[in-house]
Amino acid sequence: MSVPMLRLEHLAKSFGALKVTDGIDLDIPVGETHAIIGPNGAGKTTLIHQIAGSLAPDAGRIILDDRDVTHLPMPARAHLGLARSFQITHVLPRFTALENVALAVQARSGSSFRFWQPVAGEAALDVPALEALAVVDLTSRAHTRAGSLSHGEKRRLELAIALAQAPKLLLLDEPMAGAGAEESRRLVATLEGLKGRYTILLVEHDMQAVFALADRISVMVEGRIIATGSPQAVRADPAVRAAYLGEAA
Amino acid sequence: MDAPPRSIKDAAAAALRTLTFDQRMAAGLLALMALLPLLSLVVGGSYLVLVGERVMIFAIAALSLELLIGVGGLVSFGHAAYLGIGAYAAGILASHGFGTLAIALPAALLGSALFALATGAVAVRTRGVYFIMITLAFGQMAFFIGTSLAPYGGDDGLSWPTRTLVLGTRLLKSETAFFYVILLLLAATYVVVSRLVASRFGRVLRGLTDNETRMQAIGFTPYPYRLTAYVIAGTLCGLAGFLLGNQAEFVSPAYMHWQRSGELIIMVLLGGTGTLYGPILGATAFLLLEEMLSRLTEHWKAILGPVLVLVVLFARGGIAGAIEAWRRRRMTPAQLLAAADLLARQVIAEGAMRWRLWSRVLSRRIDWLMQLAKGAAMQAGARRQHLQMTLSRGLTTLRLSAERGIALALARWRRR
Repeated sequence: MSVPMLRLEHLAKSFGALKVTDGIDLDIPVGETHAIIGPNGAGKTTLIHQIAGSLAPDAGRIILDDRDVTHLPMPARAHLGLARSFQITHVLPRFTALENVALAVQARSGSSFRFWQPVAGEAALDVPALEALAVVDLTSRAHTRAGSLSHGEKRRLELAIALAQAPKLLLLDEPMAGAGAEESRRLVATLEGLKGRYTILLVEHDMQAVFALADRISVMVEGRIIATGSPQAVRADPAVRAAYLGEAA
Repeated sequence: MDAPPRSIKDAAAAALRTLTFDQRMAAGLLALMALLPLLSLVVGGSYLVLVGERVMIFAIAALSLELLIGVGGLVSFGHAAYLGIGAYAAGILASHGFGTLAIALPAALLGSALFALATGAVAVRTRGVYFIMITLAFGQMAFFIGTSLAPYGGDDGLSWPTRTLVLGTRLLKSETAFFYVILLLLAATYVVVSRLVASRFGRVLRGLTDNETRMQAIGFTPYPYRLTAYVIAGTLCGLAGFLLGNQAEFVSPAYMHWQRSGELIIMVLLGGTGTLYGPILGATAFLLLEEMLSRLTEHWKAILGPVLVLVVLFARGGIAGAIEAWRRRRMTPAQLLAAADLLARQVIAEGAMRWRLWSRVLSRRIDWLMQLAKGAAMQAGARRQHLQMTLSRGLTTLRLSAERGIALALARWRRR
């Protein structure tokens, strides 16, 4: 078997007596779109935080593309090809959309300890940035300050920033959260276009989106993964129906 | 090929158009300052030149602090330490006979850079209030080291044998030459800081101020960028310290006192963060206020304090902020005049209304006075009849003429 893009080994994290991540093992092969679903409080976002590096696990290992990243800080993981979007949007409000994305390009291309040449209009940064903006259909808003974009546009901008990092693994924490129906459809269409080209780990509440996008789905309940499999298999799993889908479907 | 510009004026106008608003404002301020020595020739005495030098030196310091506060989001409360380090480095060397530019200036800059590197390595790891407190602590540390430098004057400070020699000459002893050297260095500082802000490095620094988590998620580790900015700012302020010591031919621990650090912050806030001409304006405004108010009364800080509170309350972005707000409305001079006219009319209309109310009250008062006079006259009998008539007629005339005058004035205001 080939090396998985992401491997979690017995990952564990507790907040006091509460085991929010309770020994999680997961392999995500290269090119797969993997969705994690589960009821509120199942520990999905905590898991994403540990993979991205904003929270340290108590035990276990995180292996990104055959490299142990368990103890690496967030920026180092970003350099190894891990890009993420946040549950609550994190953009640079005083920067234009283009500048937001260009910074992500800058992070991976050449030194940022350049003090004299103006960065605005640097083609090596702006060209890839504009490409990423085109993917999420934000080209017309390139010169708008991110702070004045609509919520849905900010979500798409986050995606463009992640794409501009030329990532190996995309971590998307509820990309549809707070977006309207129209925006959600648009985001799903964009993500469908990315499927296969990137390895994607997706946490999402929008079941329609999850079943449309995911190659495999893991169901998380109380810090554990109770089932992993194809959308059909997961839908049919009696434990899943009992724990989660039963109440929604 | 383009036709060559017809005159120097055209060429200058063309060059001006390529500048940003910030650069134009800074160039204008520097040009005004450049005129000071000429003005001083007319007025006589060196007072204007000395004040101008001080303003420009503190403008350099404020610019360097803006790099931390406005660009890097790091409010340093110990920035005055570098004024002292720059001045002490050059002063101590001068007292040992090494007061030449080639030695003293690099020493001043290097000393500041090293102190910034050593203290910044710790301070920059913290944020917010902790950063303020830790920079304050390091600043006070520098201050107390200064007071304990017994061989170099301790508390009393150190008098320099002379100003720094330039290629063995006493060039800086000429107040005019010194003035223009400072002006040149202020311009250079402005250019360096504005290039820095617009560079790759500057973009990272601004990004970290905007949203640190996002920056980390795309792969930027904040620490080295912030530390580098801290060292650059310290070094630039060391340059200001070098000049400050030269101006007074003296250095004392007071240069590094936390109050001085506070004044530097006030200069930046008063001028307005987020712009680079703002700190220059802020240093100018602060020092001129200080200069004028301290002539008025020795309790001038009691006046300066409320002024600063008002600025912070009503002009969040400082002076530059007020200018930017005005620019955003994009008023042409004609529109501005129209707006001023409207405002004047409103003030006059308001005033007229007040007058009308007041005149009604006045005429009632006069009526009442007349009643009183009538009553008094009746009691006094017929012999006073004549007096009453006269009084009544007089008062009526007074009332009528007052009312007519007010009505006339009102009509004139309304016609405007």
